[in-house]
This record gives sequence, structure tokens and C-alpha cells, in this order.
Amino acid sequence: MSFDNPLDAERPLHANGCNCGQHLTQADHDLATTGSSDARLSRVVESAVVRAVFPDDTTRRTFLRAVGAATALAAISQFFPLGRAMEAFAQTGAPEKKDIKVGFIPITCATPIIMAHPMGYYRKHGLNVEVVKTAGWAVIRDKTLNKEYDAAHMLSPMPLAITLGVGSSSVPFTMPAVENINGQAITLAIKHKDRRDAKDWKGFKFAVPFDYSMHNYLLRYYLAEHGLDPDTDIQIRAIPPPEMVANLRADNIDGFLAPDPVNQRAVYDGVGFIHVLSKEIWDRHPCCAFAASREFVTQTPNTYAALLKAIIDATAFATKPENRKQIAEAIAPANYLNQPTTVVEQVLTGTFADGLGNVRNVPDRIDFDPFPWQSFAIWIMTQMKRWGQIKGEVDYASVAQQVFLATDTAKLMKEVGLAPPDTTSKTFVVMGKTFDPAKPEDYIKSFAIKRAA
Amino acid sequence: MQIGLTLRAGLVSLLLFGALLAVWHIAIGGSEPAVKMDPEYAKLMGATATQGKSAMPGPADVAAKIWQHLRDPFYDRGTNDKGIGIQLAFSIARVLTGYLIAVAVAIPIGFLIGMSPLMSRALDPFIQIMKPISPLAWMPLALYTIKDSGISAIFVIFICSVWPMLINTAFGVATVRREWLNVAKTLEMSPARTAWRVIMPAAAPTILTGMRISIGIAWLVIVAAEMLVGGTGIGYFVWNEWNNLSITNVITAILFIGVVGMLLDQLMARLQRMVAYAD
Repeated sequence: MSFDNPLDAERPLHANGCNCGQHLTQADHDLATTGSSDARLSRVVESAVVRAVFPDDTTRRTFLRAVGAATALAAISQFFPLGRAMEAFAQTGAPEKKDIKVGFIPITCATPIIMAHPMGYYRKHGLNVEVVKTAGWAVIRDKTLNKEYDAAHMLSPMPLAITLGVGSSSVPFTMPAVENINGQAITLAIKHKDRRDAKDWKGFKFAVPFDYSMHNYLLRYYLAEHGLDPDTDIQIRAIPPPEMVANLRADNIDGFLAPDPVNQRAVYDGVGFIHVLSKEIWDRHPCCAFAASREFVTQTPNTYAALLKAIIDATAFATKPENRKQIAEAIAPANYLNQPTTVVEQVLTGTFADGLGNVRNVPDRIDFDPFPWQSFAIWIMTQMKRWGQIKGEVDYASVAQQVFLATDTAKLMKEVGLAPPDTTSKTFVVMGKTFDPAKPEDYIKSFAIKRAA
Repeated sequence: MQIGLTLRAGLVSLLLFGALLAVWHIAIGGSEPAVKMDPEYAKLMGATATQGKSAMPGPADVAAKIWQHLRDPFYDRGTNDKGIGIQLAFSIARVLTGYLIAVAVAIPIGFLIGMSPLMSRALDPFIQIMKPISPLAWMPLALYTIKDSGISAIFVIFICSVWPMLINTAFGVATVRREWLNVAKTLEMSPARTAWRVIMPAAAPTILTGMRISIGIAWLVIVAAEMLVGGTGIGYFVWNEWNNLSITNVITAILFIGVVGMLLDQLMARLQRMVAYAD
């Protein structure tokens, strides 16, 4: 979480309960203790800086235990003027451009971008934003490259792919915020309800929303871990999310790894069941992202800052479980997701029907956390390379740093004349296997099933 | 006898319509008894899953939906949710823009081709190759080069509706009767005057036929183009309701598309009758 106190040595690293024990989750605790959005904003800046200085959790804890939070803050402030960074970020001038367009795909991943409209977050930050529903990922990419959209909802691998020039012309793109973590699932057709072991899935046809998507990489990872080669044993097609349920009903595909509400909609209509949630593959994985061209970021910095603040603000509101019902009601109408409210509510609250007659309760089925860990970018690039989407040498760390702006902080640090630290990375576990962002090539080599040489 | 025939045809039409509705109603009925479900669970599920209701709506559902749209066709609840009247207006505006540009291009070029056998031969291969290309195939290219989705949609309309008009104009101009041209020559009419006073009226019915085919194609294309680029228009409406798996709304939209297409065609038919002549 990037809303928590980075100067607290006792902060738990996993989200089960909070560190004072009085709140259900860390998110509750943080919002109860931090309160206002200004405080939250300074927390985000502090968080990014402290993490930049101490990318490793153990080091940070040891340091904080040794010297105490107040000393640590004072020490960091000496070489990095935290106050000024917060000020610079909080008191940017009036937006250069007030009327802006943000594109989105109607899925719950886009929750922060969408809800900021009906719930007034854009207005609060002085922007007149039009959120425009778009038909598919390729179109949203082209419209953003065309500058019809100032910023857009994208899949987190897309800004990387665009920057690398994979599957489109190469344009420097940035991804200042992750929108959601978790919130996807593998859904299978009802007729497969007795074939729950992935080893039996040879010959299945699966759909994913886009080639450059977490969905594609997670599905391939999941299948490969079960000994299936996703290129030869299975057919994977890119189908836009809205068409997935119709295709599943028509028996064109056996299942899909898709964003919600598509999974829940398949259950709601009685055509499929939820096999695994993506959080069971990789807990707290990133999915969709808020992306903008580097040009937009550098030419209209105040607009960009206001937009990012509105989205961070909305994200903070969305992290609170008790707000989720209200959000579901705000984003379900035809102007936004165009889905029955109960479907959206089941996705956001995590109390849902699984399609096999059970009601499951998984509060973090989808969660929201804007911090764009650069190690996420590195993992995504390892998978692009693993499956042959990119070839040859990749400068993982520098691309990750250019695209995943973990780092308005880095920008602000440059402004005040300091060299920003290398990366803001962390290790994480995908299906029981630890990923070390420092050794991406070794990670690729460790897989038995891969396309890369 | 004439009136009798019209009356009888009308009656048969009505009967067919009634039979269609009856078959439709019966086909979607006969829902199976509800599956036994935990009420907690059932609350989270849709009617298709809990009551075995067909995903296909009945004629009554569609009629109610049409009435709902007709009662309030011009509402505007934000960028992505506008009334069907507004969506149709957007589509018609796009179609007419693309179509009128196509008319402005196709008729002069058609004249040129029709009057010059050389040009006719030379341009023929291009026309034959360009004519059968689907609008959806043009779309990615248009989006990439024009860099504006609104103009891309209009370009696609233009490029798809230009060919029938071009071919028909060329054909109409080329087949104007020799005698009439000879008479014009005898009367020492200038070429411009010949084109305007002799060739134009003579070729008008053929040209109008081309224009009538083109407007039909333009209307076919708009739905596909708007489904792809999104934003506004009847094609976007269909896509948005498909997204929600609302077959009722999709059928409603199909009916509206059909009615508007028919009106456009009738308009052209009326123009066609105005320029018709007997030899």
C-alpha cells in the first residue's frame, strides 16, 4: 500500500488486519488515521521517497528501528527536501488545460478513472474531464496516440509495449499510476465444471482481452505451471471483454482469463463459473493502469498533476471496503459500465456467486493501489520476452523507470537538483515462485516452458 | 383491380407479420421450472440462471423497449449515454457528410470516365480492386493515417459509397444515345452546354440509381464503423448494449436502423422518379 506510513517500522507487509489491531484492514486504519486528502497526498509523496531511498523492506525496517521515525524523517529531509516536494506537488499552478478527455474500457479495473467523474473528484481538482467509453484496446491505444484522448485507461503492459515499439509505433509513454490490483479471474464454461485440474485442459480455447495484457501473461503462466504449453497445447485468442460472455455462451471458447465484470456477468447469466481468481495466482498483481504520453506529462505538467491527484484521491476512496457499494451504484449505469448493479457490487465487495452454487467472500477480490512498482514492469517485460513478444537485450531497469513513474518523486527530485535513486522495486511471489527484479534474465531461464532462446 | 391488389398485399403483409410475432413468442416461451437454489445465492444471479428464462426477449419486451425509446428519444445523461434520437442524428449526419463528399467526387470523375474511353479502360482495374473492400478493413488504416476517429468514420463512408456512383455515372454518360449527341453537334452546341443540357438529363436516371445504391451502402457501413470507433451514433449504441448483453435493446436498434435505412432509400427513389423519362 502506498497510503500507509512508510516511516513505521512495525507496518505489516501483508494485508491481514492492521498494525494497531483496531481496524479490519490496513486500508481502514490508514484512512482513519490519515483522514484528509492533503494528508494522504503527503503520505504518498513520503512513501515514494522513503521507498526510493530504501527499496528493500528489510533495510527500511532495520533503519527505522535503529533511529526512530522522527530521526529518519529528519535525516531524509536533510538530503531530500520532503516539504518542498510535497509543496511542489500539492501547490502546482492552475491547470494549463481544463477540458480534457480520458478514454476508458467498460470494466471494473477502470473504477478510479470512472468514479472520479460521477463522484466529483476531477471537478474538485479544477478539471473538466470527459470520460469516453471506447470499444477496444487497439482503439484506445490509437486514440491516445492520436491525441484525441489526453490520457487513458490502459492495460499495464501497454505503455511498456508502446514505449518499446512492440505492436505499434514507438512513442514514449508513461504510466504514473496503477489503477487496480487483483480483480481478474479464470472463468470456464459450465460444462467443464468437473474438469477443475488445468492438466486436463489440453485442446481448450481460451480468450484474453489483448496480447499485451496481464491476462495473457497470467493465463500463460498458470497453464505453463500446470505443464501445458500455451502456444501448442492450447489456443489463446484476443477477444474484447464485452464479446467474451457471448462467445462463451455460443461455445466458441472454453473459458477466458478476463477482467471483471465479465467473469461475474458470465456467472450472472448462468453460462460460466469462476475457476480461480487472479489473486490466487499472484496476490496483489497489477492489472490496468492510468497512462499518458510523455508529451502530455511534460507539456502540461499542472494538468497532469491535477489529473493524477484526482485519480489518487479516487483510488484512496475506493480502497475503503465500506465505500464499495456506493461506488458500484455510481459506475454501473449506462453512461459508464452499463451492467446490472448487483454484478458490479459482487465484484467490488467480494461477496459473490461463483457459478457453482456457492457464495464466496473474498474482500480483496479487487483492490486499488496506485503505486507503480517498477518491479511490476520488469516482471511484465520478462514475460514479454519469455513468450517471444520482444527479442534480444532488454534494459529492464531503465525502461521500467522511464515508463512506470514511481516517481513524480523522481521528477521532483531532479527539479530540486538531486539524482533520484535507482528503482522502487520489491520482490513478490507468483504461484509460489519468488521473483527477484534484480535478476530478470535468470528468472526467464528458470522456466521450462518458454519461447525465448 | 389495382386497389384490390394493394389491399390484398397489405393484408398478406399483416398476416405474415402476425405469424412472425406468434412464432417468435412461442419460440422463446416454455421456460423450464426454476432450478432449486439457495435464496442467498439466487439473489446474486440473473433471471436467465434462476428462472430458466430465455436470454432472447419476446415481442412484448421489444415493443415496450421501443415505446420507452420513442417516449424520450433525445435525453442526454452524459458522454456515453444519449437517447436513440441523438444517436441516430449523429449517424445520419456522418453518413450524409461522407456521402455528399462522395457525390462531389464521383459524379465529375464519372463524367470524365464516361466521356473518355481511354480513361475508362485505364481506371477500370483500380475501381475493380477498390470496390469490394470491406469498410472494416479500411478502418485501422484510416485511424492510423488520419489520426482522428470522427474523420476516419466519414472517410470510410466516403470510400465505400463512392464506387457505385462512379461506375453508374460513367456507364450512364457512356451510353447516352449517339443520335442525341449528333443532334447537339448539328446545332453547334458547346461541349459544356452539351454536357449540361444533353448528357446530364440523359444520364440522370442511371446516376440516381448509383446514388441510391450508394446511400444504402453508406448506411450499412456506418453501423460497423461506429461499433469500432465508438463514442456516438447508432453503431455505438448497438455495441454499448451488446456490452450489457441487452438483446432487447439490440433488436430495438436493429429495427430503428432498418426504418431509417428504408426512409433514406425512399428519399432517393423519389428523386429518381423526378428525373425519369420515357424514351
